[in-house]
Amino acid sequence: MFSNPLPRRDFIRATLTGGAVVAAAGAGLLRSDSAMAGDVPGWPAKPFEDKTLSSAMMDSVGKTSVAPSPKVKLTAPTIAENGGAVPVTVEIDFPMTADDYIDAVYLFVDHNPSPLVSKYQFTPESGQAYFQERIKMAKTDHIRVIAKSSKGVLMASTPKEVKVTIGGCGG
Amino acid sequence: MTVAIGNPMIRMPSQAKNGEIIEVRSLIMHPMTTGLQKDKAGKIIPAHFIQTVTAEFDGKLFMTIDWSIAISTNPYLAYKMRAQKSGTLKMTWKDNQEQSWTATAQLTVA
Repeated sequence: MFSNPLPRRDFIRATLTGGAVVAAAGAGLLRSDSAMAGDVPGWPAKPFEDKTLSSAMMDSVGKTSVAPSPKVKLTAPTIAENGGAVPVTVEIDFPMTADDYIDAVYLFVDHNPSPLVSKYQFTPESGQAYFQERIKMAKTDHIRVIAKSSKGVLMASTPKEVKVTIGGCGG
Repeated sequence: MTVAIGNPMIRMPSQAKNGEIIEVRSLIMHPMTTGLQKDKAGKIIPAHFIQTVTAEFDGKLFMTIDWSIAISTNPYLAYKMRAQKSGTLKMTWKDNQEQSWTATAQLTVA
């Protein structure tokens, strides 16, 4: 490093580039819909940062209302003492063949600070569109799931109400 | 006190029949902070959460997950996979502070 000091011109260029990154990060703080510096490339910041169910649905599935289908099964407890870890199981009764399969599954909690909780993308190699995860719920609320087939057909679960004793989002 | 982080684990059957759909269960230690909570001094605790999880079998990506701040601390995840040949399942977790973790598991298809 000392034997080969950074030429002055390169030093200035490096400083300017660094400044641009800081400015971009600053813009991220002001614009809630833009990706933050550390975001994983491809992570959909916009629908995840939407504050209402209708905007989160619009930015993820492109509709604010999707008809329920018995094919989309959502299992969650009726009462959750701890809103910080509510177990949910989602299972879509749909064949996973090369020409028609469940491509994406979205899970929402209607009144969470950010309603979109997760997005799963499956392939025929998944065998079944199925997952289990644990989620945070701010208060007693409804969970709902929307699945999209590879041909673009949308189907929803019946919304499931979970009574929450202690909320899990802090504040 | 340091917060436990990482140590990803995969649990799944080591053997399956060709075409069988098997369940994979996984766990990773992560604080999954939302950026909405304050510490005792009243300062906001920055958001620190896993944003993506991917699963590939023998190098072929077959599932991609995007997570929000609403996934619980130390995320548990279960999903399914169609057993078609022997090989290696590899999972990768990435968070919003440019950290990532991987775990692998072997499957033998009879």
